[in-house]
Amino acid sequence: MRVGVGLPSTVPGSPGSAIVDWARRAEALGLASLGVLDRIVYDSLEPFVTLAAAASVTQRISLVTMVVIGPIRSTALLAKQAGSVDAISGGRLSLGVSIGARADDYEATEWPTTGRGRRLSEQLATFRAQWEEEAIGPSPVRPGGPTLLVGGSSGEAFARMARHGDGYVHGGGPPRAFAAAVAKALAAWTDLERPGRPELWGQGYFALGGDAATEAGAAYLRDYYAFTGPFADRIAAGNLTSVGALREFVRGYEEAGCDHLVLLPTVAGVEQVDRLAEVLA
Amino acid sequence: MRVLTIGGGPAGLYLALLLRKANPDHEVTVLERNPPGATFGWGVVFSEETLGALRDADRTTFDEITDTFATWDAIDVRYRGETLRSRGHAFSAIARVQLLGILQRRCASLDVDLRFETEVPTLDGVGGYDLVVGADGVNSTVRRLGEDAFGPSLDVHTTKYAWFGTDLVFPAFTFVFRENEHGLFQVHAYPFDGRTSTFIVECPGGVWQRAGLDEASEAESMAYCERLFAEDLAGHRLRSNRSLWTSFVTVRNRTWHDGRIVLVGDAAHTAHFTIGSGTKLAMEDAVALADALLQEPGDVPAAIARYEAERQPVVERFQRAAMESASYFEHVSRYARFEPIQFAFNLLTRSGRISHLNLELRDPAFVRDVDAGFAFASTGRTSALAPAPMFAPLRLRGLELANRVVLAPPPLDAATEGVIGDRYREALVDAGSIGAGLVLTELAAVSPEGRVTSGSPGMYDPAGQSAWADLLAEVHARTPARMALRLGHAGRRGATRPRAAGADRPLRTRGWPLLSASAIPFTRRSGVPSEATPGDLARVTEAFAASARMAVVVGFDALELDMGSGYLLASFLSPLTNLRSDAFGGSPEARRRFPLEVVEAVRAQWPGDRPLAVRVSASDLATGGAEIDDAIALAGELVRRGVDLLHVVAGQTIEHDRPDSGRTPLVPYADRIRNEANEPTLVGGGITTGDQMNTILAAGRADLCLLDPRSLT
Repeated sequence: MRVGVGLPSTVPGSPGSAIVDWARRAEALGLASLGVLDRIVYDSLEPFVTLAAAASVTQRISLVTMVVIGPIRSTALLAKQAGSVDAISGGRLSLGVSIGARADDYEATEWPTTGRGRRLSEQLATFRAQWEEEAIGPSPVRPGGPTLLVGGSSGEAFARMARHGDGYVHGGGPPRAFAAAVAKALAAWTDLERPGRPELWGQGYFALGGDAATEAGAAYLRDYYAFTGPFADRIAAGNLTSVGALREFVRGYEEAGCDHLVLLPTVAGVEQVDRLAEVLA
Repeated sequence: MRVLTIGGGPAGLYLALLLRKANPDHEVTVLERNPPGATFGWGVVFSEETLGALRDADRTTFDEITDTFATWDAIDVRYRGETLRSRGHAFSAIARVQLLGILQRRCASLDVDLRFETEVPTLDGVGGYDLVVGADGVNSTVRRLGEDAFGPSLDVHTTKYAWFGTDLVFPAFTFVFRENEHGLFQVHAYPFDGRTSTFIVECPGGVWQRAGLDEASEAESMAYCERLFAEDLAGHRLRSNRSLWTSFVTVRNRTWHDGRIVLVGDAAHTAHFTIGSGTKLAMEDAVALADALLQEPGDVPAAIARYEAERQPVVERFQRAAMESASYFEHVSRYARFEPIQFAFNLLTRSGRISHLNLELRDPAFVRDVDAGFAFASTGRTSALAPAPMFAPLRLRGLELANRVVLAPPPLDAATEGVIGDRYREALVDAGSIGAGLVLTELAAVSPEGRVTSGSPGMYDPAGQSAWADLLAEVHARTPARMALRLGHAGRRGATRPRAAGADRPLRTRGWPLLSASAIPFTRRSGVPSEATPGDLARVTEAFAASARMAVVVGFDALELDMGSGYLLASFLSPLTNLRSDAFGGSPEARRRFPLEVVEAVRAQWPGDRPLAVRVSASDLATGGAEIDDAIALAGELVRRGVDLLHVVAGQTIEHDRPDSGRTPLVPYADRIRNEANEPTLVGGGITTGDQMNTILAAGRADLCLLDPRSLT
């Protein structure tokens, strides 16, 4: 299993200029990937712009969206943006997409929420066609374009992943939740009669640095997930704030068959990357 | 901290005493609308695990509770005049009124402010409390008053039940099944002290009406049940506690808290009584909430979040199991032809919480009997050392399968003009070497236009036939596995690219014309199929027959016709894809006509001593689509035409269907088809362990299991 780190693009209090420091540091410390979240109505940075900045100061590290909300973007523009980040980074992008969970992002972008699942499926089919046929440039660095990861936990989402994706991206939770989702992802893959097996991506939140970091991380998660109502507290309670919890989490994901785990920051400060790398070493 | 608990049932009282115990500075008030000593129902059940939690939480009440307990470790199943006993379950029960008495006394000794006969019509007066607990049961006022925040949903079950008592002391948790002229009734009975047992009678709503119980008085109802269960009551009488003929309501809430108001027990969630967990869950809630308040001192919102985070997944698991259990009892007449030992195993594993392996650990002798019964049904021989069900042989016509495990290696999409290559041959040899009784190929097309992808195999020309012959020779020479060919026509899902980068992506070049029941493309990008003409249908039927002849020559041991997944034959069966107005469209019978003609043509070519399977779709998983009842009707027609095995799948009739996201979602379908159409079934979908297979097989939900190939790598 490879382990990467999220960029602080949705952590308020992290200056936009911190992205490049963070990206350089993560690559220097040998982390496998840089991940970004997607949110419109929040004090956050746009995911593709963020990844482009990160790409410009790194050479090897993978870039991944975990996830970008497909249906709140024009399909062609999304293909263009993803293709551009992939080109700038020399083919390092994995494009994770899902329908997201918030109505406000749809309202703000003036896209309807009804039919968003189907729209996402159509988008996935279109990306492939565009990248393979090079109808919309830039020409993909790798044949067929970026790796397509699909998220979600409904029966439709698993089927969408199995029909259109190269892999599954899980939305976070304890290892047993990931393992249960993997079983469903593999069953859907078999059901659609796909050869081979899907890439399996997981994610988790962390904050390293004692009580202050724990508190700040919890405050951020409660705020970021306020739209879920009571679940925000639950998500905050799952934040990985100790070395022991983090190591156990990583081991749990590895045992559950995860190919690539991305640990997302919940507090600003590039020392988070150093602390994470130290725990993982 | 000032705490107001509304409702003085087990959850409310237990929480109150735990809070006072933890911190005598807490002011805890409990409001109960009934007088002390008033209760409904008889005994409540606890498992070993719950008792551990209660012991750790409060030793005083634990000692008192366990002192008056009735305990047992066996479950009896009375069915067709036999009693099957399964041991090792370790349950205890106590009279509900006694439990409340113990908790009330403990509350009083801890200076909980307990107020009986106090109604709480509104929450206007709760401003001064730091925490308000809704422990007011299934019809919770607190929940109703805050329903915008809690988001409750109430599911009313269709069966009717009455909660009686009896002075007969049963020796075990006892399930009784009795049938009379009105239908099948069942009893859930268990002792809860040295003198009394709970005796719950349950039946489907229709049976209840036919028996006239909808209009019967309490005395008449009791007399009816005493007559019906005279043998089981052995001269003892039923006693009523005014809990007559109700429908169980499953309560769920989107969340259990609203600010500092929190729900516990039945107010938050109920689980059908057939898994006997209501009081257990309620008291565990109380333990978890008290513990969370201790862990988050002075921070009520954080404590509530912790409580909900801990309990919600546990409760969800129980509710899922309870729904499975309730559904089992609603449809139990489906299993009326089972031998008693299999019937009992099926009953014990109904909710998915107990598997073959769990039962074997609890009661090896019982599972030995189950396995022996299964082996006897498989071989006709009795054996003291029967194999686990997955290793029992199965005979289908002249074909003897060494075990019940089927493997279908994933397609490679690497065939050249329908001719399979070396890698696929190796994959099938590997599958056979692993020990699967039957190895099933990927879909082989009956014609070049019937292929799914440009890399799909076919069985339509000498080159393809000879490649299959080589493969078969090698599998048979090097492995003990038998081989089945999956044969079909992709219909409107054909002419797609190899599926490395996705399924259902039409070929850009060198595609071919598509054929379907009606001219509707599968996706927006797919080619539009032509509606099959009578001439097309005759050609397709002949192609199936010709491929079957080739499969005979090549030496396949079994043949599976694909009528699922939106392929050509499936397209006729579904009203979503068959809009024809000729003799092959319209009514379900007309839609079945062409697929059944193909079956007849193939059966005529396929040797009488070799089994014919059909891959059937149990449901289109889409609004307006074919459903399980259509599949059961189809299964009946297939059986009449000499089909020996139904391979149950679901969905993919149309692109945007709604697949179930359960763990092994096809098993309930296979169960219904097997036990309503009375025909062997093969089931897959998320099956990854031997224990899953043993449980499915021994319970009679399917006869063969398709193991997910990716679980082996």
